[in-house]
Amino acid sequence: MSAVVATAPQPRPRAAQSIWHHHLVRAVISIAVFLVLWELGARFKLPWVGQVPPPTVVFNTWLPLLQDPGYWYSWVQSSRRVLSGFIAAMIIGIPFGLAMATSRMFHDISFPVFEILRPIPPLAWVPAAIIFWPTQELSIGFVIFLGAIFTIMLNVLGGARSIDVRFFQAARSMGSSNWDIFRRIILPGVLPSIVVGCEVGIGITWNVVVAAEMISGGGGAIQSSAGGGLGFFIWNSYIGFSYPQIVVGMISIGIAGYISSAIIRKLGQTITPWARTR
Amino acid sequence: MAEGKPATSAGEIGAWAMFMYRYSKALRSPTPYLMLAGFALFFGAWFLLSEVFRFWRFASLPGPRQVLIEWFNPNPVYGMSLYTPDYYMHIWMSLRRVLIAFAIATGLGVPFGLFLGWSKVYREFTFPVFETLRPIPVLAWVPLAIVMFRGDETPVIFLTTLASFYATALNTMLGVQSIDPSFPRAAACLGASKWQIFRHIIVPGALPFIFTGLQISVGVAWFSLVAAEMVSGEYGLGYLINSSYVNVQYPVILIGMISVGIVGYASSALVRLAGDYMMQWRVRELALGEGR
Amino acid sequence: MNARAQAATKGAIRIQNVDKVYYAREGAVQAVSDCSLDIRAGEICMIVGPSGCGKTTLLNAIAGFHDITGGAIHLDGELLCGPGKPQAEPGPDRVVVFQNGALFPWKTNLENVAFGPVVQGKLGKAEARDKALGLMADAGLSGTEHNYPGEVSSGTRRRVEIVRALMNDPKVLLLDEPFRALDSLTKSVMHEALLEIYYKNKVTIFFITHDLEEAIFLGHRVAIMTTRPCKPKKILEVDIPHPRNYGVLTSPRFRSLMEETVNAVHEEAVKAFEAGEKEM
Repeated sequence: MSAVVATAPQPRPRAAQSIWHHHLVRAVISIAVFLVLWELGARFKLPWVGQVPPPTVVFNTWLPLLQDPGYWYSWVQSSRRVLSGFIAAMIIGIPFGLAMATSRMFHDISFPVFEILRPIPPLAWVPAAIIFWPTQELSIGFVIFLGAIFTIMLNVLGGARSIDVRFFQAARSMGSSNWDIFRRIILPGVLPSIVVGCEVGIGITWNVVVAAEMISGGGGAIQSSAGGGLGFFIWNSYIGFSYPQIVVGMISIGIAGYISSAIIRKLGQTITPWARTR
Repeated sequence: MAEGKPATSAGEIGAWAMFMYRYSKALRSPTPYLMLAGFALFFGAWFLLSEVFRFWRFASLPGPRQVLIEWFNPNPVYGMSLYTPDYYMHIWMSLRRVLIAFAIATGLGVPFGLFLGWSKVYREFTFPVFETLRPIPVLAWVPLAIVMFRGDETPVIFLTTLASFYATALNTMLGVQSIDPSFPRAAACLGASKWQIFRHIIVPGALPFIFTGLQISVGVAWFSLVAAEMVSGEYGLGYLINSSYVNVQYPVILIGMISVGIVGYASSALVRLAGDYMMQWRVRELALGEGR
Repeated sequence: MNARAQAATKGAIRIQNVDKVYYAREGAVQAVSDCSLDIRAGEICMIVGPSGCGKTTLLNAIAGFHDITGGAIHLDGELLCGPGKPQAEPGPDRVVVFQNGALFPWKTNLENVAFGPVVQGKLGKAEARDKALGLMADAGLSGTEHNYPGEVSSGTRRRVEIVRALMNDPKVLLLDEPFRALDSLTKSVMHEALLEIYYKNKVTIFFITHDLEEAIFLGHRVAIMTTRPCKPKKILEVDIPHPRNYGVLTSPRFRSLMEETVNAVHEEAVKAFEAGEKEM
């Protein structure tokens, strides 16, 4: 075990380190080991793992799918839902959060209501949403919206609150108007928290989208005509006993989720270059 | 913990007192009237739109009065109220699953997270796999979980455990990494071995983050549980919400939703209470104001 | 040099031609270059220099938190680190008191103080407790034993940390700007407290500071370091006799020593400022 305690973090010059110490090499090794264990476990019918299709089979199932336009269309459908629900959550959530941060009265009226609504898991809203909204898409969108909005609002509120009061004082002493303060102190100060809220929110969003697509695809008892998307793809594969496809779907969603998080992170870095740490 | 009586004029600050202090701070409503106004606005609008004016789609939604009447009805129309044993059975089924999942996730996640934060070697070999699996939404595992685990209970518990595990392990690791490096150094100066540093510095030092992670973990557990129950399960609040939709028992949907909210909130609060109890030192630090 | 300091026999540090290079994102940074310094047993040696010059690196090397890339450091003739052994092991013979305090917040003051001997297995829990109570009483800390560090003032915390260090009968006390965060009133009280503790324990003290007044008031010698890379530029003997009290501050000898020190330090401070040194 390397001396974690006493050494200050100091990267040694390349020549002095062996290849096995490089973190990328280790990452590759660990993933490779994982894949090998998976493969062996599946082939030797170990409990639980034995039911899972081995990576080689999954990969072979995946290749032809890459050329299937239906597969890519699932990507599009899911991404569209994620995007629209998420953007709606941002459009409403960010102003709401800012309003709660700036107006004491608004906060005192609305925050308790949100706090009692928040513990209800987004998916518990699905039936109520289906009853209320005329179309399936709108109800899914609503549930996604709910999933993301609480996180975003909380982060905006927390971020606005944590802006050092001295920034306000400095601005006032230099003669700023209220609008100036809002535009130049609050907005930039809140931006990093908005980014964090979005990073967390996007994870929740994907969860909700996948679940909603599975539910509307016939999982559970709620049937409907609208469907499609990667969640639906997974559920369909399950119903149709194409188990390797299940895993393909899971990995696809994982990749899609990772890409969206990375996009948000990158966007976040460009919007808030000052938050970059050395 | 402390052996003798602390020489502080603030007296003993119990975990319950801290909870109330934090709770009131969280709501931060110096005027309870505004809070009541908010509730009145919300419930009032709901009531008016769905029961009185029957405005647009709100007409099909059960209103708050309907829900409350049903919920408190000794002889409920749809068979589910505070007076029916079935109601409590559903609550217990969900609660039981969350408890089991939370226990497993904490028992595995905390040590895993501690090692991830503590040992560079361990982290570089294990974290990549963890991070690669993490983007897969927990609910995408549903069909695979059903395939892997026979029976009805195990897949649901597995999914809930998985979600909690991610949250717990990640936050624990962050907790270890957040420890001021002066602390392990000071301990080393004082002659502590690596294991002693782990026991006396790392574990207590990471505790605040660990408890934040546990609170998140409970929330995530309920999130996943309800979803899993809705997709595939028997009994439980998620199942109840689903089936009452299918059986056109709309007020029960809302009873289910409200019940999940309450139980979920209570479990989070319990975890926070437990944390305040275990971290007396932090409680006092916070309550006495920054004494720095 | 006064008789009391001469009487101590342990805790002499010999720093010989020490180099320390570390690798930051910008490339290689030479923090310490060919630095040599002898610290006599039982003396209070003050290390003064501009921010970021590398004094903390030197302390970390002695304490065993960093390795060194050249030269050697000996403690009482034994090799701490040097050729063949680039990093010392941290240990209770050289205890550090940290700039921002490192009292464990989750242990009471008493548990903190008793920590060292207990984890080393030198004393049983009860014995350690008794010894700790005694030392704390000596240092005027009675009544705070069962408080947590977060509940007491920062001055008290510093004293507890120093007592925690002394519980282990160290040869050397390594102090990294320990009073920097205190206001000047508390600081002056801490100075006298530290000197009292020193007179009772005769431990070698290696004390890093920015505060010139503090340096001359406390130290037997003041080593003025250059900007990065760190090296002793000038070593002043403070021949004001111990025991000292605050009356010393107005003496003419003190004033002339201050003048010498200020002149020597100012040049280095300007260099550091122009180089835009960030605190290391």
